[in-house]
Amino acid sequence: MTTLDWARLISKDRPGSRVLAILLIAIVAGLLFAPFALTGAKAISICVKIMIFAVLAASFDLLLGYTGIVSFAHTVFFGIGAYGVGIALTRLGASWTSLAAGILTAILLSILLALVIGLFSLRVRAIFFSMITLALSAAAQTLATQLSGLTGGEDGLVFRLPPGLMPNARLLDSKLLGLTIDGKVLCYYLILAMSVTFVLAMLRIVNSPFGRVLLAIRDNEFRAEAIGYPVFVFRTLSNVAAAVFACTSGVMLSLWLRYAGPDASLSFEIMLDILMIVIIGGVGTIYGSVVGATAFLIAQGYLQDLLKASSAASHILPGIDQVLSPDRWMLWLGLLFILAVYYFPAGLVGVLRRPAGKLNAKGGRPAKDRFIMIYRWMGRAR
Amino acid sequence: MPASRSESVSYSNANASQAILRTVDLGVSFGGHQAVNAVSTSFHGGALTAIVGPNGAGKTTYFNLISGQIAASQGEVWLSSENVTALSVSQRARKGLGRAFQLTNLFPRLSVLENIRLVAQSMQSGRHHHGFDFWRIWSDAADLIEHATDILRSVSMAAQLGDPVATLSHGDQRKLEVAMLIAMNPTVYMFDEPTAGMSADEVPVVLDLIRDLKTHSHKTILLVEHKMDVVRDLADRIVVLHNGQLVADGEPAEVINSDIVQEAYLGTRGGARRGLM
Ligand SMILES: Nc1ncnc2c1ncn2[C@@H]1O[C@H](COP(=O)(O)OP(=O)(O)O)[C@@H](O)[C@H]1O
Ligand SMILES: [Mg+2]
Repeated sequence: MTTLDWARLISKDRPGSRVLAILLIAIVAGLLFAPFALTGAKAISICVKIMIFAVLAASFDLLLGYTGIVSFAHTVFFGIGAYGVGIALTRLGASWTSLAAGILTAILLSILLALVIGLFSLRVRAIFFSMITLALSAAAQTLATQLSGLTGGEDGLVFRLPPGLMPNARLLDSKLLGLTIDGKVLCYYLILAMSVTFVLAMLRIVNSPFGRVLLAIRDNEFRAEAIGYPVFVFRTLSNVAAAVFACTSGVMLSLWLRYAGPDASLSFEIMLDILMIVIIGGVGTIYGSVVGATAFLIAQGYLQDLLKASSAASHILPGIDQVLSPDRWMLWLGLLFILAVYYFPAGLVGVLRRPAGKLNAKGGRPAKDRFIMIYRWMGRAR
Repeated sequence: MPASRSESVSYSNANASQAILRTVDLGVSFGGHQAVNAVSTSFHGGALTAIVGPNGAGKTTYFNLISGQIAASQGEVWLSSENVTALSVSQRARKGLGRAFQLTNLFPRLSVLENIRLVAQSMQSGRHHHGFDFWRIWSDAADLIEHATDILRSVSMAAQLGDPVATLSHGDQRKLEVAMLIAMNPTVYMFDEPTAGMSADEVPVVLDLIRDLKTHSHKTILLVEHKMDVVRDLADRIVVLHNGQLVADGEPAEVINSDIVQEAYLGTRGGARRGLM
C-alpha cells in the first residue's frame, strides 16, 4: 500500500461540500502548525480548547444527533476524565504508570456510570432521561466540591504530569523552526493526535451498521424495534460510547491544564457550550462539532477583545458603551447564537452541504421547526 | 349478537403441531374494555388468512398482541413450537414474526433505500450481527444495498431510492411500508390494511406482491383488509373478529355466506362492503 486511503480514513463519510472539506483541512492544518506560527499563550490555549471541545461536542452529537437523546450528564463524564487524571497523578505521583492508571480507571468508571444511567432511565421516556441526567450533573458538581479531601473542593487539584510532559522538559537540544521543543509542545501534539484519532473513531462508529441503527432510532424508535433492533440496548451502548469519548476529552483537558476543578470540567456553562457548539456546527454530522468548536471558541476568545475595543471607541455615548462593555460578551454570543440558529438551522455543515434554495438531502427541517426544537431543549435545561 | 363460536371449523381444529402461528386464549383489556377477548386459533404455512371485522373490532390490537407491541393480559402466542409471549418486539421480529402497520410507520428522514436496507441489515445474522457491528463501514456491504434495491424494484420504487421518505406521496409511503415487511422475509407476514389510502393504480401493485408471496413461498400470511373483492380473491380462509371475539372462521365462501356474518355484519348482500368496514 503506497497511498493513504482517505475515503476509508473518514469512513466514506464525505464532507459533501468542497468548502467544508477545505475548511476541515484548514482547521487541522492550522492546529498542526499553530505552535510554530502563534506566539501568544492565549492563542495556543484556544487551539487546545478547540481540539478538546471538538471531541467533547462530537461525543455529545453521538447522543443528540445520532440517537436522538438529550443528556445533560455529559459534563459528568468530562469531569470523570479530568479528575481521574488529576487524582491519580496527585495520589500516585507524577509518573506514566499513574497517568495510565488514572485514565483507565476514569474510562471504566465512565462505562459503569453510563451503563447504570442507561439501565435506569433509557427504557422510559426521553424527557425522563434528560431530567435524570440533569440531576446527575448537579449532583456531580456538589460531590466534587464536597469531597475536598479527594478532589480539592472548590479549588480543584493542581498536579504535575509525568516529567516528559512538563513545560520545563527539553526534548530537543536545538530549536526546531524557531520553536523550543519542550514538554508543553509534546503535550500539545499528544492532544492533537488524540483529538484527530477520537473524532475519526466517532466518524467510524456513526458510519458503521451500528451507527445506521442509531439514526433509525432517532427517526422512529417504534419502527426500529419492530424491524428487530432492541432499541434499549442500542441506546445504552450509544450512551456508553459517548461517555467514553467525553471522558477522554476530560483526560485531554487535564493534560493541558495540569489542573482539574469543578468550574473547568463540571459546570453547567460547559454543558451549554457543548450544546451551542453542536447546534452551531450542525447536529448529526460529527464534522459539525469540529467546525462548531472552532467557530465558537474563536468567538468566545476574541469577542471580549473586540468588545473592549468597540466600547473604548464608543465611550462618548452613554448607554452604548454599557451594551458594548466586555462584560456583555455573553449577551452578544447569545444573540449571535440565536441568529445562527434561526438562519442556519442545520448548522454550518448544513449550510455548506445544502445546495442553495433546496431542501437538504437528509430531509432537514424548516428553520422555524428547528428553532422551536432548540427552544424546547433549552427550555428543558432550565 | 350471537356469541356462538360454532362457525370455527377445520383450520383451528387442525393438528396444532403443524401450525406456524398459534394464539391460545389471547386477550387484552384497556381499562375494562376487552379489545381482544380470548382468541384461540392457529395459522398454517402456505395459507393466506383474511381477518375481517368492523372498525374497532380488535384486528390491529390482535396483531399488536402477536407481534408484541401490546403485552397480553391473558393467553399465549406460539411461533411453531416456541412460546413467544414473553419475548420483546425485536426478539419476535428476528424470530420471524413480520409486521406492517396500518398507520404508515417509516423512518422519515432517511432515504427510501436506507429504510429497506436497515430491515435487511437487522435480519442479517452473519457479518453484521443484527446491527451490532461498530467498526465496519456500512456502505462496504454492497450485497445489502443490492438486496434492498432489488426489493424496491419489485415494488417499482427504484426511481425514488435516494429520496427522503418524508417527501414521498402517501401512496408511495404505503408501498414502502409493504416493502419493508417483504424485506424482513419473515415466517409470518402480518399486513394491516396494506392498500388503505392508496390510489386505484397503486393497489394492484401491492396485491400482486401479496399474491406472489402466497404462490411462490410457503409463508403464513395474515391480512386485514376491508375490500371484500380482494378478500374473496386472495384468502384461503376468513376469520371474523367482532368486539374482540373470534366469531367466525372458515372457507371464504362459507364464512361470507354464513348466517352469523350475513346477519351481524352484512345485513343485506348489497351492504356487504360497508358492513365489513
Ligand atoms: N392502546 C390502546 N389503548 C386503549 N384502547 C385501545 C388501544 N388500542 C386499541 N384500543 C381500543 O381497542 C379497540 C380495538 O381497536 P383496533 O384493534 O384498532 O380495531 P380495528 O383494527 O379492528 O379497527 C378499539 O375500541 C380501540 O379504541
Ligand atoms: Mg385497525
